Amino acid sequence: MSKAVADAPPRLAPGKGRVLGQPVARLEDGPLVRGRGLFAADVNFPRQLAMRVVRSQIAHGRLVSLDTAEARALPGVVAVWTAAEVSDIPPIPFRATKVRGLEPYCQPILARERVRYVGEPIAVVFAEDAYIAEDAADLVVAEIDELPVVLDAAAEPAEFLPGNSTEPTIVRKEYGDVDAAFRAAHAVIELDLSVGRHSGVPMETRGAIARYVAAHDVLELHGTAKKQHWNRDEIARLLGRPPTGVHLFEGHVGGGFGVRGELYPEDLLVCLAAMRLDRPVKWIEDRREHLVATNHSRQQRHLIRGAVDADGRLLAIDDVFFHDQGAYVRTHGARVADLAAGMLPGPYRLPAYRVAGHFRLTNKTPAATYRAPGRFETTFVRERLMDAIAVRLDLDPIELRRRNLVTEAEMPHVRPVDTLGVDVVLDSGDYIGLMDQALAQFGWDAVQRDLTARRAAGDCVGAGLAFFVEKSGLGPSDGVRISIDATGGVELVSGAASVGQGMETALAQICAEALGVDYRRIRVVRGRTDRIEFGNGAHASRVTVMSGSATYHAALAVRGMALDTAAQLLQARPEDLAIEDGQVVRAAAPGVPLIALAEVARQMGPNSPLMRGRTPGLTAERWFYSEHMTYPYGVHLALVRIDRATGEVRVEKYLVANDVGRAVNPMMVEGQMVGGFAQGLGGALFEEFRYDERGQPLSTTFADYLIPTLSEMPAVDVLIAEDAPSPLNPLGVKGAGEGGTNAVGAAIAAAVDDALRRPGAIVSLPILPRTVRRHTEEPT
Amino acid sequence: MHDIAFTLNGRPWSLRVEPRRTLVDAIRDDCGATGTHIGCEHGVCGACTILLDGEPVRSCLMFAVQADGRALRTVEGLEKDGALHPLQRAFIDHHALQCGFCTPGFLMLAVGVLERTPNISDEALTDVLSSNLCRCTGYQNIVRAVRAAAEEMAP
Repeated sequence: MSKAVADAPPRLAPGKGRVLGQPVARLEDGPLVRGRGLFAADVNFPRQLAMRVVRSQIAHGRLVSLDTAEARALPGVVAVWTAAEVSDIPPIPFRATKVRGLEPYCQPILARERVRYVGEPIAVVFAEDAYIAEDAADLVVAEIDELPVVLDAAAEPAEFLPGNSTEPTIVRKEYGDVDAAFRAAHAVIELDLSVGRHSGVPMETRGAIARYVAAHDVLELHGTAKKQHWNRDEIARLLGRPPTGVHLFEGHVGGGFGVRGELYPEDLLVCLAAMRLDRPVKWIEDRREHLVATNHSRQQRHLIRGAVDADGRLLAIDDVFFHDQGAYVRTHGARVADLAAGMLPGPYRLPAYRVAGHFRLTNKTPAATYRAPGRFETTFVRERLMDAIAVRLDLDPIELRRRNLVTEAEMPHVRPVDTLGVDVVLDSGDYIGLMDQALAQFGWDAVQRDLTARRAAGDCVGAGLAFFVEKSGLGPSDGVRISIDATGGVELVSGAASVGQGMETALAQICAEALGVDYRRIRVVRGRTDRIEFGNGAHASRVTVMSGSATYHAALAVRGMALDTAAQLLQARPEDLAIEDGQVVRAAAPGVPLIALAEVARQMGPNSPLMRGRTPGLTAERWFYSEHMTYPYGVHLALVRIDRATGEVRVEKYLVANDVGRAVNPMMVEGQMVGGFAQGLGGALFEEFRYDERGQPLSTTFADYLIPTLSEMPAVDVLIAEDAPSPLNPLGVKGAGEGGTNAVGAAIAAAVDDALRRPGAIVSLPILPRTVRRHTEEPT
Repeated sequence: MHDIAFTLNGRPWSLRVEPRRTLVDAIRDDCGATGTHIGCEHGVCGACTILLDGEPVRSCLMFAVQADGRALRTVEGLEKDGALHPLQRAFIDHHALQCGFCTPGFLMLAVGVLERTPNISDEALTDVLSSNLCRCTGYQNIVRAVRAAAEEMAP
């Protein structure tokens, strides 16, 4: 189980604190509402060059020749590179997979010999400004012999390279006697379900700005996100530099959602160019590029079978799925397929389980993680199965879930599978309790009565629900260093990153609570490799769990140091002292300041007589380690209305109920739920990357790739539960980043079925008007 | 190249620009006002929304030469004498931003609309705010913030 360092402090007492647990305003907002943020495109250096990527317009083909002469001749063009110029740079590696044998499928930074998707970088232009670079890119002429395309991951695998098929691996997991369970089953339910290709699509496109500072022999990369330390190490390795000679910087990040901050070809190209051309190099992705170049996600087809007894209790699930990885295996390796396989069983007691995930390449944009990766997909699949079982056995879908949900008494619940390389142990939860709370808050029974009346009046309306289990707090480690300066200012340096989620505020609240200072006096430094040696970044809903716990440890350590020094100065006992609002006080008389933390910090300076022979500074660094993830859970309830004439689905009412163990800032947690829901809504009803039969992408503008606007948003109600604090960390927190997205597709599908009065009608996402109309127009 | 002149948040600017230079590039790169963001460059997302003679416009869909002789306002001009504009304050108070990338566009859209129609109906406000995209918040808090600011700004 989880362990912390030897001086691990006690768990934080339950309940709201002075600042922890309070909906305080965010530290991040000041510069952002003033237009004073620093997003990638806002970074500029003197003498910088603009980089423009020439991308393949063919989905699969042999790269015969690239004529760059005309581009090179354009005034203002400094260089044009093709694969020949970067042949010494290895392809982009992966970090997040245990699966072996994926190496032949890695993406080169510029295509060599073959192109495999529309949007693949084939050449790159460097020019004095972005307009000239774009002009020159248009002058590069590619001759490509078109080859047959693979667009369906469920079709027979083809050849990727001689000796390598388009199926690099099959992710298999199994426990229990699945075959015996199916033989003994009262009923077997089989479904064929698909989730469409969509992705994070943050409002800020990617960007990368590199410069080489010769004076210090340091290569800097700006505009980074998510995984600075790993990316730094890999960039250093691929360019043959020591990691201490490469530094990554994070400004503001305009949304991450899984896709941003992975190591992409463009990141390496700007670094390489900054070194070779000896000028800063800036690349800003445009939106059309983004929609074909940045990671896609989600696309899977599942053939699932469930075995149940006469009471509807699950005996076994056997799932075969086809994961459409796109053209290359990027940094995540097979992570999404692995997560899908590991997380599919969700909240239910499942005696036997077998899954085979066919991880397959196609001639589309490479895919990787997007908010609730592998869970948005498998919650849809699993909850569709549960609904189908309820129909087959003529059971109420809620009663069926009640019979199968793991109970509080069964926690922690060990499931004999792993995901992300760690065993799945559902750490804590009251699933049935939360379902009941959610049904009550949604007014499920009243909604049902209302639906009956509205249907009688001719409305096409329905309600549905879906349960989910999330995962969060992926280890193994994160560190935080907290220092108090001689003015009483607090600096918190974290190896995590910000993707706009509010992590600075959350860490400051935890620090403020433990230390006894105003959270607004805490400066949170993140995403910078030059300020902290290690870090595991911001992804997998890990920051509040991992960096939050490290913050708590470090803040208590600094507090202890401050009280020891103050006790010496005041000739008191440290245990009689406390810190309130930056002042050391007697615990018995908290209103009377005795000495300011600023003064304590001064007394702990390197020239202070108190510090002779000791390491100076009111500063401490602490690390938190975790070998297991913690599993938030929840339920989504949806009420939808269908326009029979157009097939449009409108969500009228929605509830996200999510147990997060402890909400550090309920306002921000609610923001995560509602924003997460909006992204789930996109995947459920609107967003899809479509391709024609030659692999040409058809969703390359925001007129074709439809992100929900305010008009599509229902009123979303949020139930934040704190019933099941995680036993795995001192704060009891579980991640809150992905639960809002996880079950949206599943819940809306159930509600649409109900509105159509056709159980099982919805077998794929997104639920497009034409699909709905097919059902409304057919006689029942 | 064309010589143009406009005011940006009250300050006069004279620029020499290519005819094809977009207004948003001129604002960001020539005037250095990087608070106006570029999200799609095809007029859908609204991150680049500014006020042109008081009207919200997509600055990615305009050429800089079209701004000749006009008065431009961007997010940088909202704060007056160290005091945030009521909309900026409301966005903070109502947690109407997460990553903050779309925020300047939403702020300028809302400023333009509320200055013209202070008593805008809920339905019309939904309509107007649906013209910009936000990927983080799910919009609910943006509507709350704009509503709260509208009350404060009402004469």
